[in-house]
Amino acid sequence: MMHTDYKEDFPLLLHTDATGVKVAYLDNAATTQKPRQVIDAVRTYYERYNANPHRGAYAIAMQVTEAFESVRSKVAQFIGAPDPEHIVFTFGATDGINQVAQSYGEQVVGPGDEILISVAEHHSNLLPWQRLAANKGAALVYLSVDRLGCIRLEELAAKLTSHTKIVAITHVSNVLGGINAIREIAAMAHAVGATLLLDATQSVPHIPVDVQDLDVDFMVFTAHKMLAPAGVGVLYGKKDLLKQMEPARVGGGIVEEVREQRVRFLDAPMKFEAGTQNSEGIIGLGAAIDYLEAVGMERVQAIEHRLMEYALKTLAAVPHIVLYSTGDAANRTGIISFNIAGVHPHDTATILASHAVAVRAGHHCAQPLMAHLGVNATCRMSLYLYNTEEDIRRLADGLSTVREVLGLGT
Amino acid sequence: MGCPPYGRCLALELSDLYSQVIRDHNRSRHNKRTLCDPTVTVPGKNPSCGDEIVLSLTLKDGIIEDAAYTGVGCAISEASVSIMIDLIRGATVAKASELCHLFFRMIGSESLTREELEELDEAVAFSGISRMPARVKCATMAWHTLQVALQNASP
Ligand SMILES: Cc1ncc(COP(=O)(O)O)c(C=O)c1O
Ligand SMILES: [Zn+2]
Repeated sequence: MMHTDYKEDFPLLLHTDATGVKVAYLDNAATTQKPRQVIDAVRTYYERYNANPHRGAYAIAMQVTEAFESVRSKVAQFIGAPDPEHIVFTFGATDGINQVAQSYGEQVVGPGDEILISVAEHHSNLLPWQRLAANKGAALVYLSVDRLGCIRLEELAAKLTSHTKIVAITHVSNVLGGINAIREIAAMAHAVGATLLLDATQSVPHIPVDVQDLDVDFMVFTAHKMLAPAGVGVLYGKKDLLKQMEPARVGGGIVEEVREQRVRFLDAPMKFEAGTQNSEGIIGLGAAIDYLEAVGMERVQAIEHRLMEYALKTLAAVPHIVLYSTGDAANRTGIISFNIAGVHPHDTATILASHAVAVRAGHHCAQPLMAHLGVNATCRMSLYLYNTEEDIRRLADGLSTVREVLGLGT
Repeated sequence: MGCPPYGRCLALELSDLYSQVIRDHNRSRHNKRTLCDPTVTVPGKNPSCGDEIVLSLTLKDGIIEDAAYTGVGCAISEASVSIMIDLIRGATVAKASELCHLFFRMIGSESLTREELEELDEAVAFSGISRMPARVKCATMAWHTLQVALQNASP
């Protein structure tokens, strides 16, 4: 696998259509493509050991249980968690944040308390807190962000009070791509006794992340944005916090004992995994982590950084382009939001699609951020390790045709 | 399944999607203004694109004396509302309703008679939009908004 043309591992990226065209896939912040290694791992599971984990005494049931638990250990080691008991499998980042809000949030937030988030949060890290605040008579307080979507520590310092119970912040903005200073944010939140939830959905796939080094209390991310199948996510929590939390969802697989009128739950992480889990997705996540570790996360970051330098230079030269996340490639991942002047982003994306260039257009599930930027919507290109300079050139070439197609001149 | 030919993911050629008529209306903006004293004002929203327009009508004795829109949308949605306004200005409420039905029948890929297509005039520029499901709502938003406006206006 240690070649440098990573595209070779991704069947979808190699596929040529009837006209001999391959897609230039630049929508990795939405979801990533899957390498052969992940597809094969899922196929092998279906063909050799499909069974319900933690349930049967027969050989394949034990085999899937072992595979399932070994992915838990792999995830723990991948994000620097002390041991696998800190790792809860969820159905995605959205699910993980909802569980923390409904369970931990329910316990610690009361009337007059404050929950602090940034204006750049994905709706997944906004709506669970908005609802919790409304239900509890608490306040949802917003931090503004800079041109890369990062919060400012002075503003954080000013808004952290003894009423702040939860700080929920994205590691990397899914629209602007800047990397927040989490170590500092965690220390500041802890100094007032607040708990920090980190939405690492856009960071864990792209940069090295170590939960102990960052000292976050909770962290969530989602598998489909890191080469693995959809419908699986991870919730990391510090041990005492997971211990104190009640499961937000109850059902099969999480109990030590059930009587007609009472229940005793298993310990974390099992008590949070009610219902049959997405075993194929979890096994795919294990294969995805193997893939990323074989490349090395430092190297993944370096590849994206080099591509970003090229992309920023190339896109800046496109006539009539408006770049929202300006500046150089430092302290950010491979995300650029832009528009073509006078053109609605959906038209831009449609015209790019005719060039087989895949980017996202819309509000990116971050409407408060769009309002903050003073736009209705943007186009967004987002990179991953398999992208190439050619993908970026195709994007720039496609963009250069947009105004002409719409009869707005060149 | 899906749209296998990437380059032609658009079952519709770009030049048909963004035809001359659509480009002209998107550019001209002659119907994009506020009315002084409108009888009805109705917002239209297309969350998939983020298109947001506000349609205003001035009605007198069952006639649409004037119509205009404000707001921001993609080229398809702004062209569609502009073409619609040209069509309904001076028409009776009954006629405007009838045009709504004709437009939705055309979008639903029903085959219309030549007379019916003539009634829709420039709006036939959207006849192929059903081959681009992601953009159908952009074309129909204006007409759905008109339907609501006509309902609100009729006592
Ligand atoms: C920053 C961020 N948080 C949360 C999510 C939600 O992830 P999922 O839809 O997989 O739950 C996304 C992705 O859309 C995201 O970009
Ligand atoms: Zn639209």
